[in-house]
Amino acid sequence: MTTPLAEVASSNSTLRAFLHGLPGVDRVGADARAAMLGTRSIKTTAKKQAVDMAIGMVDLTTLEGADTPGKVRAMCAKAVRPDPADASVPPVAAVCVYPDLVATAVTALAGSGVKVASVATSFPSGRSSLEVKVTETSLAVAAGASEIDMVIDRGAFLAGDYLKVYEEIVATKEACAGRHLKVILETGELATYDNVRRASWLAMIAGADFVKTSTGKVSPAATLPVTLVMLEAVRDFHAATGRQVGVKPAGGIRTTKDAIKYLVLVNETAGPDWLHPDWFRLGASSLLNDLLMQRQKMATGRYAGPDYFTLD
Amino acid sequence: MSEQAARLAVRKTYKLFVGGAFPRSESGRSYAVTSSKGDFLANAARASRKDARDAVSAARKAFSGWSGATAYNRGQILYRIAEMLEGRRAQFVAEVVDADGVSAKKAGELVDAAVDRLVWYAGWSDKIGAVLGSANPVAGPYFNLSSPEPTGVVAVVAPPMGPLLGLVSVIAPVIVTGNTCVVAASERAPLPAITLAEVLATSDLPGGVVNILTGSSAEIAPWLAGHMDVNGIDLTGADPDLAVTCEELAAENLKRVLRPPAGRVDWLADPGIERMTAFLETKTVWHPIGV
Repeated sequence: MTTPLAEVASSNSTLRAFLHGLPGVDRVGADARAAMLGTRSIKTTAKKQAVDMAIGMVDLTTLEGADTPGKVRAMCAKAVRPDPADASVPPVAAVCVYPDLVATAVTALAGSGVKVASVATSFPSGRSSLEVKVTETSLAVAAGASEIDMVIDRGAFLAGDYLKVYEEIVATKEACAGRHLKVILETGELATYDNVRRASWLAMIAGADFVKTSTGKVSPAATLPVTLVMLEAVRDFHAATGRQVGVKPAGGIRTTKDAIKYLVLVNETAGPDWLHPDWFRLGASSLLNDLLMQRQKMATGRYAGPDYFTLD
Repeated sequence: MSEQAARLAVRKTYKLFVGGAFPRSESGRSYAVTSSKGDFLANAARASRKDARDAVSAARKAFSGWSGATAYNRGQILYRIAEMLEGRRAQFVAEVVDADGVSAKKAGELVDAAVDRLVWYAGWSDKIGAVLGSANPVAGPYFNLSSPEPTGVVAVVAPPMGPLLGLVSVIAPVIVTGNTCVVAASERAPLPAITLAEVLATSDLPGGVVNILTGSSAEIAPWLAGHMDVNGIDLTGADPDLAVTCEELAAENLKRVLRPPAGRVDWLADPGIERMTAFLETKTVWHPIGV
């Protein structure tokens, strides 16, 4: 790296030169590596640990137009005590809601240790003015959110206006007033793995505490190879600057098998330091029930059925 | 070498039938199937507990669509299965001869009976409600109606004898009322079951309504009996020890259990409606009058 990171963002051309100077991603290689790591067999006691670890990393999410305070309260109850019949199940890491429901979630989760994350900055499209985005972030923070999930302006990113994306992240980070900032890259719209690597670096240089794959509203959402590229980026960023940044794949992770594949990927790419809810999260809603069913299968020896878990 | 090279034999690979597709067992296992005289016939897939789990998922996924279909539509599809079976008559006769060692004439009778059995059950689809349902007189200003509803996902241990007629006689009554099923086929004679799966796959029957597993019933049935997402189990083909084990496992989530019949079953006899009623629940609706 010829330019010090602090000076990279001094203009759009330096930023562009830096991001386009990052090594390209070997697409076939990344796909093959992710697929190979996905075949690791995790069984018995290791699987038990992995399931509990995955439950503790879930960001239980509801981001629907039809969300009601009642639904959010029910989800919060489930976040604190995922299986009412089994107190040994750990609580999830956080719940993730729209900004107007943050206050409801904060009240429902008071004293539980489960964090409240709020999406902001005109989620999911990110198509609004900077003032609106900053104000929305400030309101979510004021309502009590301890984590903010922002979306980047993909239009600006794809048009090559990296400085605009950078400045928006910086402004949002400022509005977060010390709360955790997760930056959603929406990798399904970024077209190439090279862009995923560039967007990850851009977000980290701008001060992101987490990089997150997707909004869950665009297909494809989180995939293993995309997460691999992002994990490599946070590993390299940590090596270059000493600052650790977390990763959150979100959307499309529905089964325990998928979740365990992600844990293997984290361990083999970024390393065991990232295997902690502070540094790795899984954005999901239906995944939690599958984790609970697997947990029960291992405890009782019989296959569990969805009739015995809460609907979400 | 002869003048004309001998043609290479093209043999069928017998696989499982899960969710409308024909996968191999995830375990990769198979076993040799022999005729009643002990001659090698083919290798059949030997299903594992994970195949059973996948089959239950497929059956659960298919349940809402199949139970929500009109009775008329289900009857049409069962009739269609009979049509397809009739079209493959010669193939089934040959398979029944191999499996049971009966004469071609007897085998023909058994295949005809299987076709007729499907037609018979097809006719029941829109009549069972009228026979078992009722408008109940109650002491109050209510319309009170009872109607039979399907139980859900039903596991079926198919009889070891009667590889075609016996199999059709246990599957048809379960699905005609709107249940979906996972069938552990006869371990001794699984080939007609997989050929029947080919018939089912081309009969407009939605994928997952019938799932057929070949292999050891003693290995698969306990997993199905203990599965919390299975609502009923038909133990017709289970031997006494297996039936007891399965019934105990089935108690955990209060599955409907159809016990194995005492003595040898005559599959050619009139089946009655007991096999249908075993996997039906009665739903009663109270509706206010004059509101």
